[in-house]
Amino acid sequence: MSAIASTRAGPVSVLACMRGLLLRDLRLALRRRADTLSALFFFVLVASLFPLGVGPEPGLLRSMAPGVVWVAALLAAMLSLGRMFADDYQDGTLEQMLLAACPLPLLVLAKIAAHWLCSGLLLVLVSPLLAVQFDLGWPATGVLILALLLGTPLLSLIGAVGAALTVGVRGAAVLVPLLVLPLCIPVLIFGAAAVEASRGGLGVSGHFSLLGAFLLLALVGAPWATAAALRIAVE
Amino acid sequence: MLELRALTCERGGRVLFAQLNCRAIEGQLLRVQGANGAGKTSLLRMVCGLLLPTQGQVLWRGQTPAKQAEEFNRQLVYLGHAAALKDDLSAQENLHVACLLGGLAVTPGQTRLALQQAGLAGRERMPARQLSQGQRRRVALARLVLATDVPLWVLDEPFNALDSIATGWLCGLIAAQLARRGVVVLTSHQALALDALPGQVAVAL
Repeated sequence: MSAIASTRAGPVSVLACMRGLLLRDLRLALRRRADTLSALFFFVLVASLFPLGVGPEPGLLRSMAPGVVWVAALLAAMLSLGRMFADDYQDGTLEQMLLAACPLPLLVLAKIAAHWLCSGLLLVLVSPLLAVQFDLGWPATGVLILALLLGTPLLSLIGAVGAALTVGVRGAAVLVPLLVLPLCIPVLIFGAAAVEASRGGLGVSGHFSLLGAFLLLALVGAPWATAAALRIAVE
Repeated sequence: MLELRALTCERGGRVLFAQLNCRAIEGQLLRVQGANGAGKTSLLRMVCGLLLPTQGQVLWRGQTPAKQAEEFNRQLVYLGHAAALKDDLSAQENLHVACLLGGLAVTPGQTRLALQQAGLAGRERMPARQLSQGQRRRVALARLVLATDVPLWVLDEPFNALDSIATGWLCGLIAAQLARRGVVVLTSHQALALDALPGQVAVAL
């Protein structure tokens, strides 16, 4: 009788549900460290190829740096996007997410947060290294880090919509960047422009305000759009 | 409690079943039978709300699943074809997340106990990739041990890959759920194991 009594489970709050999924995804990323690290090395490698390609002239490299780092971050973020929901779709966990006791958009938000922590945040942490490589100088490096901090969550949010739309589609790995990269152009423009402005001694608050506004907009819109796309994909 | 009203399913331009009417009251087992490709899984997914009926309605306590949303999901356990396990997580971690998503707060002690009842004692910490097909199914089914307060169980071929001991264990779980006045909907090719249970409703597709 005691065995029956002790297997009685209580109800779960929405937050506990989201936290559980976030922790699961982080734990999975930790056990498959190679995937996470390869995106990071890709980021460093792509950014390092440019000086080799265009020559070592310091002035040119300094003026190119913001754009190059941003483009490399954009491409590195795309690497892990394709698998954001594909694994869950294949092993049946996605169906369980749709049947969860927590609204699907909030679960999606938890997954996006996990994706950002394992890709975007790491890119932000490595970016000072690339800034040194391009001899970007101090205030500009600070601005670059802040801009990436605001911009990379946007890449995960926008990317989630693309990943959800291509769930179960063959060749999704190529399709996702094709869908998502055009939508990320505003992030690239304002992110790189902020660093450029700080190098020229201009104010950067305008660029940051716009990035922040995009981020808020995506935080509200992207999880719902992703959830709708997932429902269609599973049906 | 559960009612299917004039349910029609069309997949890829082909009608799988049409005008299906059926109801299960508290404590009844709904057994869906039919050949491969007859639409058994589609019917189960419609009951859960994963698939919208082409025509007709699924009613749980008088309302469609879509209308009740999370409230309906809290009253449902759905175990599909795939065991919904992550290969890199241990059996216990997998069970914990599955319960959390389903709205059940469980302690590590409870999940361990459930896995022991499923015959997986000593394998709780093993990564799911090292488990056999039958053992993976047992991990998924262990959720039923903890879902005693959930009134609706929808099980897609739950006896697949199970040995005779596990089959007996699962039959016991289903009988207990029916005795608690819950509703069980399942598809199964193994007819023998469940024939003894009272209060069955058969649905032939």
